[in-house]
Amino acid sequence: MHEWALAESVVLTAEKTAKEQGFEEIREITVQLGQLQQIEKDVFEFAIKEIIQTQKSLFKKTNIQLQEEKAVFKCQSCGHKWMFEDNTKKLNPEEFEAIHFVPEVAHIYMPCPQCKSPDFEIVQGRGVWVNSIVGKERD
Amino acid sequence: MDPRVNVINKRLANVGNIIAVSGGKGGIGKSSFSVILALTLSQAGHKVGLMDLDFWGPSAHVLLGSHGNFPEEEKGIVPPQIHGMKFMSIIYYTEDKTLALRRSGFDQAVIELLAVTQWGDLDYLIMDMPPGIGDVTLDVIRFMEKVRFCIITTHSKVVIETVKKTLNMLKQLKIPIMGVVHNMKKENVSLEDQIKTLDVPFLGKIDFDPGLEDAVGDPKKLLETRFAKNVGKLILQR
Repeated sequence: MHEWALAESVVLTAEKTAKEQGFEEIREITVQLGQLQQIEKDVFEFAIKEIIQTQKSLFKKTNIQLQEEKAVFKCQSCGHKWMFEDNTKKLNPEEFEAIHFVPEVAHIYMPCPQCKSPDFEIVQGRGVWVNSIVGKERD
Repeated sequence: MDPRVNVINKRLANVGNIIAVSGGKGGIGKSSFSVILALTLSQAGHKVGLMDLDFWGPSAHVLLGSHGNFPEEEKGIVPPQIHGMKFMSIIYYTEDKTLALRRSGFDQAVIELLAVTQWGDLDYLIMDMPPGIGDVTLDVIRFMEKVRFCIITTHSKVVIETVKKTLNMLKQLKIPIMGVVHNMKKENVSLEDQIKTLDVPFLGKIDFDPGLEDAVGDPKKLLETRFAKNVGKLILQR
């Protein structure tokens, strides 16, 4: 599963933060999942929990918070703004899958619904982002 | 925080050598050199990966004649084996359609692929870079600790000027430079002395090979070209 690789990046980020901040335990990791990448929330959470098993002392009481963020786009050409679900009807399963692996290919498969330009901005909701890492400092 | 950047070097932990094949301009043979270098190393028994990072004009798949291949999902994505080496390209996800992206988009796509591609054990990872110094090159410098640059030039004064700028930037950032390859060499033209004045190694020359075009799309034929023979010599010299 592709989610595993991204979950691993989140755990490594938490470990790095713990080292930098002097945390002996990570209490909470809050991750934002952008709608465009269509990450399977359950799979992603399972992967994080599996990976942190290997570091029991740092992650023994870690709460994983996954927050979904709606994807919003703005056309650089005509200024039109739209949501992910406004423009997915014509996508076939292969195109959905390609966007799942590399969200930027949405510029090919989901042009601006108003002027058809591929030149749009992903305003929010692209992919995986760590919002916060809360830890307990060493005494 | 973008978590992906923290996993990139883990993906490359078992890769012995990372070589970014770069140059100041398009059309100077970076892709041909990258592909033939990768094929030559693979044929010599090394474990090799090839990554096409020229998202504006991906062409390594055309040189390799790669059709109908797709990465497998296994704790990330595992590049398919093409002619004995692992080959990764944005082309798997674009279906050969035009990817019109602004720079920030390319930056995101490169980070995504570097973060999720599971290369496993490799002796060499060859990166076919886009022309010039842009976001992709800066990302490779920033995120790939082991990278060394191999710079391609032709005898064109225009190209050489851009090569100088590329070398200056790499030196300024203290990034390892393997050296410069003189590609498309014509008779009675030598850049060796000129390149040595730039205080970088001269790696060798590759003669202009009119037969290369006919071999495009067929790795076996590519390895039989004069271009490939020159690449072979260049590797042996090192």
